[in-house]
Amino acid sequence: MKQDVWIVTGVMTVVCFAIKAVGPVALGGRDLPRWGERLIVLLPAALLSALVVVQTFADGKALVLDARAAGLAAAMVAVALKASILVVLLVAAGTAAGLRTLT
Amino acid sequence: MSAIVFSGAAQFAVLAVLGAGGSVITAIVAATLVASRFLAIGVALGPSMRGGAVRRALEGQAVVDASLILARTGEARYGVRRLIGATLPQYLGWFAGTVGGVVAGESIPDPEALGLDALFPAFFLVLVWTELGDRAARVTAIVATLIAVVLIPIAPPGIPVIAASLAVLAGRMVQR
Repeated sequence: MKQDVWIVTGVMTVVCFAIKAVGPVALGGRDLPRWGERLIVLLPAALLSALVVVQTFADGKALVLDARAAGLAAAMVAVALKASILVVLLVAAGTAAGLRTLT
Repeated sequence: MSAIVFSGAAQFAVLAVLGAGGSVITAIVAATLVASRFLAIGVALGPSMRGGAVRRALEGQAVVDASLILARTGEARYGVRRLIGATLPQYLGWFAGTVGGVVAGESIPDPEALGLDALFPAFFLVLVWTELGDRAARVTAIVATLIAVVLIPIAPPGIPVIAASLAVLAGRMVQR
């Protein structure tokens, strides 16, 4: 087990380096055509939305509705009320924690 | 691992697989899938980088999820110095937190009881909220959400996020 961890760590060091290097090496130093820029502008919205969904509703391969969803709903209210980021995070964690103490 | 892999999602994937008694190969495949979204993020940041290929490859290592917003200087432009400046404190914090967890992990309460797992989606929510100013971005976000929800139960972890980057094509159709 202990040895496995080090093997995986070694391999992932190389793999992660490669994954993060591909974009910059392939596309660095050149100007993309206009259509390429227009797609890249939209990438943050796509990736971050998907991350919100996965971090809230995924438990491995299962879709679940737990205290994290309540935390996210409360965070949405806080964001809509233009709360600062620290307040939003506290509201999310507090809601999830509160719900877990009750249930 | 926090010092040299620096992808929280990939690290958690490894722990989940090995912790459940999975094989080394399974752990590597799972972590690679989860880290695959950095391909898309690298594509977004790549055109903003100058200098030789080695330098760009090294600069690319500073990329984390939040870089998509924090290092942005213009519509499709990113500042490399901003990127590194925003990531360095995160790297130190991540590393210090890992060491702290190893040293004091036994004595702290269950992180879920404190609602700490609800911090991640809330943080990404704050970041994505600033993106939703125009219709194309909102359509992209909605389609990405749908792709992720549909794929979570049927695809291995990691695939839903990288597949959701295809939502930019839907956004492009309503872009002016």
